[in-house]
Amino acid sequence: MAAVSGLMRRPLEQVSGLLRRRFHRTASAALQVTVREAINQGMDEELERDEKVFLLGEEVAQYDGAYKVSRGLWKKYGDKRIIDTPISEMGFAGIAVGAAMAGLRPICEFMTFNFSMQAIDQVINSAAKTYYMSGGHQPVPIVFRGPNGASAGVAAQHSQCFAAWYGHCPGLKVVSPWNSEDAKGLIKSAIRDDNPVVVLENELMYGVPFEFPSEAQSKDFLIPIGKAKIERQGTHITVVAHSRPVGHCLEAATVLSKEGIECEVINMRSIRPMDIETIEASVMKTNHLITVEGGWPQFGVGAEVCARIMEGPAFNFLDAPAVRVTGADVPMPYAKILEDNSIPQVKDIIFAIKKTLNI
Amino acid sequence: MRKMLAAVSRVLSGVAQKPASRVLVASRNFANDATFEIKKCDLHRLEEGPPVTTVLTREDGLRYYRMMQTVRRMELKADQLYKQKIIRGFCHLCDGQEACCVGLEAGINPTDHLITAYRAHGFTFTRGLSVREILAELTGRRGGCAKGKGGSMHMYAKNFYGGNGIVGAQVPLGAGIALACKYNGKDEVCLTLYGDGAANQGQIFEAYNMAALWKLPCVFICENNRYGMGTSVERAAASTDYYKRGDFIPGLRVDGMDILCVREATRFAAAYCRSGKGPILMELQTYRYHGHSMSDPGVSYRTREEIQEVRSKSDPIMLLKDRMVNSNLASVEELKEIDVEVRKEIEDAAQFATADPEPPLEELGYHIYSSDPPFEVRGANQWIKFKSIS
Repeated sequence: MAAVSGLMRRPLEQVSGLLRRRFHRTASAALQVTVREAINQGMDEELERDEKVFLLGEEVAQYDGAYKVSRGLWKKYGDKRIIDTPISEMGFAGIAVGAAMAGLRPICEFMTFNFSMQAIDQVINSAAKTYYMSGGHQPVPIVFRGPNGASAGVAAQHSQCFAAWYGHCPGLKVVSPWNSEDAKGLIKSAIRDDNPVVVLENELMYGVPFEFPSEAQSKDFLIPIGKAKIERQGTHITVVAHSRPVGHCLEAATVLSKEGIECEVINMRSIRPMDIETIEASVMKTNHLITVEGGWPQFGVGAEVCARIMEGPAFNFLDAPAVRVTGADVPMPYAKILEDNSIPQVKDIIFAIKKTLNI
Repeated sequence: MRKMLAAVSRVLSGVAQKPASRVLVASRNFANDATFEIKKCDLHRLEEGPPVTTVLTREDGLRYYRMMQTVRRMELKADQLYKQKIIRGFCHLCDGQEACCVGLEAGINPTDHLITAYRAHGFTFTRGLSVREILAELTGRRGGCAKGKGGSMHMYAKNFYGGNGIVGAQVPLGAGIALACKYNGKDEVCLTLYGDGAANQGQIFEAYNMAALWKLPCVFICENNRYGMGTSVERAAASTDYYKRGDFIPGLRVDGMDILCVREATRFAAAYCRSGKGPILMELQTYRYHGHSMSDPGVSYRTREEIQEVRSKSDPIMLLKDRMVNSNLASVEELKEIDVEVRKEIEDAAQFATADPEPPLEELGYHIYSSDPPFEVRGANQWIKFKSIS
């Protein structure tokens, strides 16, 4: 861990992009960074860059973060910039929104997004709608972040996915990073954005290391909100996912590749604004579509993707109805066998792909 | 400095300036100022409270009178426009409570901050917007202060954060604004208002806790007009001593019908916060003549006699007027002249608010995001698209 941190602070980052690319080709900078480290780095860099940025939430300071995402930040920035709050989601979310209205740039952490339900009025009615209601007078530059969706064995009240709930609301931006590069680029963009941005992280991804491309090592590395990424090119079917399921889709794609089925896997990265154009272009190429998400099926992210595909040019290119793979339509159970079957597994994705391709 | 700011604010609010010569003639016959006794405030966890006497200058008195009269007439005009169906939806009027908005403003600086709930037209005015912009927002026209996008409950100005429709939500927001004040180190305070009904919201207690813990320069202000919609305070609160509800936060109970009392209490409370001692709580005991909103006649849960009694004994404008006339700070005629000027200002503003066109349909999608390049917003079906610019 320390060695990795040392690597991240090397002066190599300061070198211009052009030079970096040359270095990348000659000496492969195969840097492994976990999603947790990436978010930490992103926040650290933005805290350093702009004095108005600060972090508040339960256990973010002296505990180093309930999931250690904010490790080291309190030690570096102190009480003024990293604030431990009492257990008062509605109160501290409102305080964060008020601070944003008054010109600061808060990062409001929800220990998990399940608890954001306590504060959801502040997110929607005080943050999301204000710029519009005020006729463009009052911006709200705030970030709400935290782990979203299923974890492992935490049962029904701690496993809900809020992508569809937040994605529903105009005035909000909602992003859902999958890997480390996503996590760093999106959190930085979110913090620099003058609008309320909900960053839906994933607890099970925090500890997962990914290769960190050299561009991502820059202090100005940003991923634009509203753009999806094609993680894997393919020709037979478009597979659209966000967050942890992207990894499952890539696994499924690897398995299917051996059978001669090439999947194009799209990492949505943003829930709102949604990059439907990238999905459409892909469907127009592959003629088949499945969506994969951890959340419940009804009124979910996949439902929205399907509806939009029907409304756009890609519909005429579909050779089969679009198909959704989602969490099971139940509150998350505890027992392992039940929990495992309540979220989309690789086999479920493969099955859906084959069904869609009529194989 | 304050006089200069007052002059500037008068200009900004479009009030007609009196010719200099008339002012000179007038002031020769009047006292420059007078000292008044004001009610002592009930205190909670405070050794001392605001002073029990205060000096009112002629100039300040005339300004307060004009402002209160403007708020009064503006609200009555809104009542009229609502009954003519030119104003729609929600319309919560504050006539009767003028001493609160004018008195609070008199006790703070324009660089301080203020946030309130939905009974906000008076505060929108005292925080610097014109009657024109306010009425045009109520009528939903492009000349409204929120371009017709917000309506009655969503008006904003510099250092005025609305206008908030969700009961109680504005209180944590206000504590957050106070946090920003402390963070920026500029000695500013935030007045955070809520009603007697909102006072029972849990998030307010969360805000009390954090404000006290972090010593935020937040003046919590309960504008107690005795009724939360149709529910009297006795039927809503186990403790109606709203100034004590902050528990560990010191509090004071203030006569909210007396503008001088409100001003002194506000000065006291703001000074307390500015000294870094943390938050303080003020309960303003006041009264609204109208019902909760325009859809409430306001007599099913209270008696007409009660309303009449307050009007005849405690009307804030009448109280100020009597004081000024009796201490030779102003003449009855002079104040009548102000009434006439105010009526004209309101009439002109109402004309504008009625004649100004509605916002252009093309702008329906505007102001979704701040500082973003233009994008498209979906309308009622997939073929209807609106452009959105920041």
